Amino acid sequence: MNGELTETRAKTLAELCAALGYSELKIATARNGDFVPAARRAETLLAEQDRVEIVAPRQGG
Amino acid sequence: MVEFYGERFTSRLILGSALYPSPEIFKRSAEASGAEIVTVSLRREGARERAGQQFWSLVQSLNVRVLPNTAGCRTAREAIATAMMARELFETPWIKLEVIANDDTLQPDLFGLVEAAASLTGEGFKVFPYTTEDLSAADRLLGAGCEVLMPWASPIGSGQGLSNSGGLKTLRAYFPGVPLVVDAGLGAPSHAAEAMELGYDAVLLNTAIAKASDPQQMAAAFAKAIEAGRMGFEAGLMPRRDMAVPSTPVAGTPFFDFGHA
Repeated sequence: MNGELTETRAKTLAELCAALGYSELKIATARNGDFVPAARRAETLLAEQDRVEIVAPRQGG
Repeated sequence: MVEFYGERFTSRLILGSALYPSPEIFKRSAEASGAEIVTVSLRREGARERAGQQFWSLVQSLNVRVLPNTAGCRTAREAIATAMMARELFETPWIKLEVIANDDTLQPDLFGLVEAAASLTGEGFKVFPYTTEDLSAADRLLGAGCEVLMPWASPIGSGQGLSNSGGLKTLRAYFPGVPLVVDAGLGAPSHAAEAMELGYDAVLLNTAIAKASDPQQMAAAFAKAIEAGRMGFEAGLMPRRDMAVPSTPVAGTPFFDFGHA
């Protein structure tokens, strides 16, 4: 998760976001390098060694 | 007025939102710049720190159009995934597309850039590619569906100004109808004025304003320089000459026939 090994019981990306406290936040997600739209997080099953990115707005040039 | 993808803007200054001493100084600088478009990015979010959420509230208070970037992406695949996350996050099809080739120069990887641009325009994105002054890359990007080009002036954050003004001039001449934005490398208001005098439609600035001793005043200075440069371009610059030509009439010069020892 965001580059750190994370233990979770979450079965889906939506469950992972909720378990880690992102439910109310303005975020976007990717799994194994591919974008996962918000509407598809609940059906996106997680597997061992998946690489998940959770991002938010930030300063940029 | 300048037009990007069918939308018209009065200000020709696109402002970056990074590197300011504080959020408050960024807000005041953005207001002083008159910018109607502000670039933003996305980064990994910590659920506890919530840095992104605070920043987003600040940007929303500015009432500007946001232009998300794909800064830091090294491959077309990364840039495409980042653009898709940005579209959902910022609710805009606009994307400042960066595919970076080299850490020291931060120069665009033109091959990855064209690949990502073609894929993203196919997905409905309005792509603003960060490119070089290279003509064949420009041609490929336009062929890939880009309707704006953003060539660098010099490396990002270097403040060197227009390191190849001849190349930028040629690009302008080759693509007279395409909105062109000088993006990256400007350090002083005079650099921005120079870009505008070449006929560029806008400039994108970040470090030169954010890292000034007084960012708010520098934002205002750039706004004036951009306006002056644009007015100068529209007024038509005089042709440059190699030799002096007197401005005061020669006829009737006193002592004209005295001879000079």
